[in-house]
Amino acid sequence: MINEDVTGSDDVLLKCENLTKIYTSGLIRTKTVAGAKNVSFNIKKGEIVSLAGESGSGKSTVAKMILMLLRPTSGHIFLNGKDISLYNIRDYYRQVQAVFQDPYSAFNPFYKVDHVISRAFGLRQDNPDEDERKEIIESTFLSIGLNPSEVLGRYPHELSGGQMQRLLIGRSLLIGSQLLIADEPTSMIDASTRAGVLNLLLRLKEKEGLSVLFITHDIGQAQYVSERVLIMKEGEIVEQGSVNDVFTNPNHPYTQELLASVPSLYEKWEELT
Amino acid sequence: MTEHILEVEDLRGYYRGVFGVVRAIDGVSFNLDRGTIMGIAGESGGGKSTLAQLVSGSPPPLLHREGGRILVDGIDIYNIDPEELRTEVKCKRMSYVPQASMESLNPVKRIRDFIFDVVGQRTGRRVRSKERKAEILEMAANHVKTLGLNSSVLDLYPHELSGGMKQRVVIAISTLWNPKLLVIDEPTSALDVTSQKRMIKALLKLKRAGIIESMLYISHDLTSLRQCCARSMVMYAGKVVEIGSMDETINDPLHPYSQLLGAAIASYDPKGRRQDTLQSIPGSPPDLRNPPSGCRFHPRCPYAMDICKTTDPPMFTVGNGSRQAACWLLKSKAGE
Repeated sequence: MINEDVTGSDDVLLKCENLTKIYTSGLIRTKTVAGAKNVSFNIKKGEIVSLAGESGSGKSTVAKMILMLLRPTSGHIFLNGKDISLYNIRDYYRQVQAVFQDPYSAFNPFYKVDHVISRAFGLRQDNPDEDERKEIIESTFLSIGLNPSEVLGRYPHELSGGQMQRLLIGRSLLIGSQLLIADEPTSMIDASTRAGVLNLLLRLKEKEGLSVLFITHDIGQAQYVSERVLIMKEGEIVEQGSVNDVFTNPNHPYTQELLASVPSLYEKWEELT
Repeated sequence: MTEHILEVEDLRGYYRGVFGVVRAIDGVSFNLDRGTIMGIAGESGGGKSTLAQLVSGSPPPLLHREGGRILVDGIDIYNIDPEELRTEVKCKRMSYVPQASMESLNPVKRIRDFIFDVVGQRTGRRVRSKERKAEILEMAANHVKTLGLNSSVLDLYPHELSGGMKQRVVIAISTLWNPKLLVIDEPTSALDVTSQKRMIKALLKLKRAGIIESMLYISHDLTSLRQCCARSMVMYAGKVVEIGSMDETINDPLHPYSQLLGAAIASYDPKGRRQDTLQSIPGSPPDLRNPPSGCRFHPRCPYAMDICKTTDPPMFTVGNGSRQAACWLLKSKAGE
């Protein structure tokens, strides 16, 4: 299914075509599990797309394939119109970065957080000197709403989960990446600081034109942060569309069931009262 | 018979270790009426789980009760003989389901055999005779069915069950003796939204079927608390900041912390996205080894006044007496 309009237009950043991943296990009696089945979608420049679904639905499998951590069994991924398997790996990671669920495991606890940030310069094409680096770091930190003096020179355990997660987003910004794969970035941080991460993503989208694939099981956050949403179930995308359509007027029975089980702060489930 | 199933008076619980003294619970008082479900909300580090562990009567090694009383059905659980605590309180009156309790099932035993072990442990008598086994199984099957599971799960091994099923099996086992009070810590946090809903429904069904009478439900997730609790208590840094009905706490919060917590949550609205931006609470929770002076929330509070920095606010009662909050802003509003 190649749609000329879509492939032709230059504002599509990432395009996934019929991605399939089959996991096999066992040596003699092999069992196969489809992690993803014919997943096709695209992400435009400056767009936040949510990928929602229950655990085991294949959300992370898709993310790992986009991040080249898993090789798809079949199907193709295109970044800026070029198949990602043709990219030089450094080139690719310069454009696509990720933020994962657990910020604590993303930092080496023996090093100050500066280490993670300065390592990121290795991916940049220019090679700024010490002073320029400092300037770049400071301006990046200010743009993600962190005070550099509060964060730099500290060890990971001295920072809150929200600060670390924002630091990682800042790091991908410093590399200058165009696409951020955010795999449940808020599920391990407190409700009170979650909003900071979500608002940062929205701001970067506005200001820097960052595209984000926001993977979550939290429908409320997906509704808040994204314009388009993909609902996955058992490896397949069962419904996709704009947030307003899918979340207010779901078509697929699974989406309807999923949305009916989401607790809302604003209203109570009728059948319980 | 007292009016309250659970009364907590000026409870203090500190962790003592090489790291110093952590004042995890510092002067908590509240009552739970018979037949109500109370939700405890707050950030992590607020003392929710510590409170539950103290209420359960068997706090972990480093946690010490430093003062205050806990009355379960009128029995002071820290002032009775441990044997009596086990037979009179833990079997009959209160059951505690800790966080991640679904991992407590024995992986090498069928659920039914695990239940016999639990019953043997609780009653101090091993379950051997056929009649006794049949009797216990019938009891368990009844509970399991109320929780919406098929009674055949009793013949399965834990690895054959999904997370939500395991959680419900654990709840069925811990309510075998029809306790009056169920203290349950984060029952839904490891589950999918669809199983979360099933879980909450099952708990409410348990109450409707008369197996349990009242419940203390601890969760960081305000949206699921909202669905099942009539009363709510918001905790911050080891103190209670607000107690009231769930609806009022959500719709018209009294304490700045409850207001900010409500405003920080991205909740799903079936009518479409809300336009207002979420606000995060600046700063982070205090180190409870040396908590801030005065109100513990004042370093993060947008309305902090001079008095907040020096004096700890008492609980002010607002309205008809059903709502309480610990904030100096309410001093003028509070009816004396």
